[in-house]
Amino acid sequence: MEGLTLSDAEQKYYSDLFSYCDIESTKKVASNGRVVELFRAAQLPNEVVLQIMELCGATRLGYFGRSQFYIALKLVAVAQSGLPLRVESINTVKDLPLPRFGASKNEQESRHTTSYSSDTENQGSYSGVIPPPPGRVQVKKGSVSHDAVQPRTSTDQQESTSPVVSPQQSPPTSPHTWRKHNRHPSGGNNERSLAGPGPFWSPFSEAQTGSSAGDAVWSGHSPPPPQENWVSFADTPPTSTLLAMHPASVQDQTTVRTVASATTANEIRRQSSSYDDPWKITDEQRQYYVNQFKTIQPDLNGFIPGSAAKEFFTKSKLPILELSHIWELSDFDKDGALTLDEFCAAFHLVVARKNGYDLPEKLPESLMPKLIDLEDSADVGDQSGEVGYSGSPAEAPPSKSPSMPSLNQTWPELNQSSEQWETFSERSSSSQTLTQFDSNIAPADPDTAIVHPVPIRMTPSKIHMQEMELKRTGSDHTNPTSPLLVKPSDLSEENKINSSVKFVSGNTVADGYSSSDSFTSDPEQIGNAVTRQRSHSGTSPDNTAPPPPPPRPHPSHSRSSSLDMNRTFPVTTGQQQAGVVAHPPAVPPRPQPSQVPGPHVHRPVDAEGLITHTSTSPQQIPEQPNFADFSQFEVFAASNVNEEPDDEAEKHPEVLQGKSTTPLAPPPKPIRRRLKSEDELRPEVDEHSQKTGVLAAVLSSQPSIPRSVGKDKKAIQASIRRNKETNTVLARLNSELQQQLKDVLEERISLEVQLEQLRPFSHL
Amino acid sequence: MAVCIAVIAKENYPLYIRSIPAEQELKFHYTVHTSLDVVDEKVSAMGKALVDQRELYLGLLYPTEDYKVSLLSRLGIPCVKSMFPNQLHRYGYVTNSKVKFVMVVDSSNTALRDNEIRSMFRKLHNSYTDVMCNPFYNPGDRIHSRAFDNMVTSMMVQVC
Repeated sequence: MEGLTLSDAEQKYYSDLFSYCDIESTKKVASNGRVVELFRAAQLPNEVVLQIMELCGATRLGYFGRSQFYIALKLVAVAQSGLPLRVESINTVKDLPLPRFGASKNEQESRHTTSYSSDTENQGSYSGVIPPPPGRVQVKKGSVSHDAVQPRTSTDQQESTSPVVSPQQSPPTSPHTWRKHNRHPSGGNNERSLAGPGPFWSPFSEAQTGSSAGDAVWSGHSPPPPQENWVSFADTPPTSTLLAMHPASVQDQTTVRTVASATTANEIRRQSSSYDDPWKITDEQRQYYVNQFKTIQPDLNGFIPGSAAKEFFTKSKLPILELSHIWELSDFDKDGALTLDEFCAAFHLVVARKNGYDLPEKLPESLMPKLIDLEDSADVGDQSGEVGYSGSPAEAPPSKSPSMPSLNQTWPELNQSSEQWETFSERSSSSQTLTQFDSNIAPADPDTAIVHPVPIRMTPSKIHMQEMELKRTGSDHTNPTSPLLVKPSDLSEENKINSSVKFVSGNTVADGYSSSDSFTSDPEQIGNAVTRQRSHSGTSPDNTAPPPPPPRPHPSHSRSSSLDMNRTFPVTTGQQQAGVVAHPPAVPPRPQPSQVPGPHVHRPVDAEGLITHTSTSPQQIPEQPNFADFSQFEVFAASNVNEEPDDEAEKHPEVLQGKSTTPLAPPPKPIRRRLKSEDELRPEVDEHSQKTGVLAAVLSSQPSIPRSVGKDKKAIQASIRRNKETNTVLARLNSELQQQLKDVLEERISLEVQLEQLRPFSHL
Repeated sequence: MAVCIAVIAKENYPLYIRSIPAEQELKFHYTVHTSLDVVDEKVSAMGKALVDQRELYLGLLYPTEDYKVSLLSRLGIPCVKSMFPNQLHRYGYVTNSKVKFVMVVDSSNTALRDNEIRSMFRKLHNSYTDVMCNPFYNPGDRIHSRAFDNMVTSMMVQVC
């Protein structure tokens, strides 16, 4: 280098700058860190800066000695003056203005620095690491004419450098700003606060060059006060660790350098975080971290082993000691592996550190892995150094606030979303539990097949009417089933006067019902009918009881009822009162269904005809006590039911027999009994989804004995069904409670851990 | 009341030494060093006895100067209390990996019970394990972990 003659002002200025940059007082300044920032602040194109560095010999030496530094500064002035850079120009150019280092330059410079940093290639690997910051950078607040900004944004890596440059902040303030609280210093201090992040940037930028990339982005700090850019340089922690002008050395603990031009994005980020939680991770950061995590461990729920993490973070070129500290902070469960959350926290800390933020002594809450739902965005940032995010004073506190809330929101939800899998959210689970539980119960009800006591549909007005008619008719068998007497048409054939009438009505009704097509409706109707029957019959003591039961055996019931109806029809014909009531609702319909051709949609179960009958019959049957009269049914069946007998026959035979045996005898008594049985059967029938059941019911209903059997069976089946439902519900409840228990235990464990950590040595 | 806590590696070089007050560090270094011999002796004595889980809490080593070094063996070797004034007890603890913890406590204050010492060592051991878990820590390096420091400080502060 040729001798450099400096004017007094220059001399002073340069020495100031040198002191600023020469953090370690080693009389030589590494190319990264402050120097980089400084040069960036000079707002010179990267290549110029590179050239300057080469010219001054720093490239050769690997660092800036005092003379080199002075030469460089001089060259900067030369460049800024627009003069071509020449070695000779150092001395030849007279009256050169002092080199200017502005905030805006920061970015450029940072970029430049990155560009000339030799580690650019290294960055590649690591840059990925810091993508989010870059992204942020893009957001850069663009403070200061950052032309560089755009380019910067494009080059993530570079980003870091530029903003960092913000030496604008006065160094002294940076430390304050850094400490998050101070950040938001008064407006004037914005820069300071920026300074906080600024320093990061500078280190970051340097780091960027070397390592990583993303940090640079952060540098988006809006460079605060212009003139102090260089200051930040001084603050840059000695990045001596890295040679080759690797900014990485920035990492130093130093502090918060004045925040250099924070990228807008970062600023925002920072701002928001600064007030609230400087350690928050923004969405894009988080996304970046997650992506990086995936590169190491595709399974997001898995762990990254310590060795892999070590390699990964070593790429960041942070000193091992710091990495070790970061690891201690982020490995929450001390298992030697990093979960996604831990990894993100570690990454975040690394990024922060690269940006110049000091590492906290303990993990900020916002970075804690969510073992439990700790969405605590409280100002955790008390830790030293708010992460640069809060930095950009440029925005000024006010702007921060808006961004903060947004970030706060994003972060929590980010954390939440991302960590959802990790978190055992008791709340959610409990809520789910509740809802699920409720839903458990709900479905049980609609199950018509299951006896769930479907409220008797009183709707069938027709039926009702029928019933009324029946009543009116005085048929004893008040068979509400009369409405069921859909079969009535058929029945009518039976010559049942009343019954026929009823049947007719029933038929119509039944028709109506059948038309309804709803399976349930039938049973309901039947049920209703049955109930009505009962009610009508009045005699049956079960009138009161019945309502619930009837609905159950809808399908089967209908069938049975239909069967019963059928029976009842003949019965009724025979003896009005015959046991329609008495007959299990299931039974009666049979004959009727047969009689009444099809309309009944009900159950196509076994015999279709039967089904139809049943469908109708159920409606009718339940209503009709007549169905109890199997004997009649028999006859009837024989006469009317062709198909039915097939199925019914089997089932009925005994019923019929029974009925026949007790066709009349039972009637009077059976009526009541039938009603009863009917009622009972009805429920049973309801539960019983099969005709057989119905038949059985019918059977049971018919003569007390057979009826009871059927009833029992149906009752048993119904109860079985109910129990099963209950079991299901309870099982589900049990599983949910267990889940809750697990969550609570987890929480307890974490609390115990915390307590243990907090508790001093009690024994001492 | 630990006045000095040291972690010695298997090869008998210190991984971590911290003492209060700091100016007496050298003295503590010597103390600890001498106690190492006692530790080794104890360890070799127990030699055959399987270490299994027991971390070999070695108790009072021997009194020297104003310090009382105690080596209490978990195996039940009786502990001899010295009568020296201002005694500082030294306690030893060996892990399965032959990493030794030596603690010097000042008995002038409340006499620490054996259980307390054991629990202190347990905490030390746990912290040491945490340090080991850190992939960035190379076994054999000095321990710079802040968490470890904090833990030790808390022990020492409390002790004193």
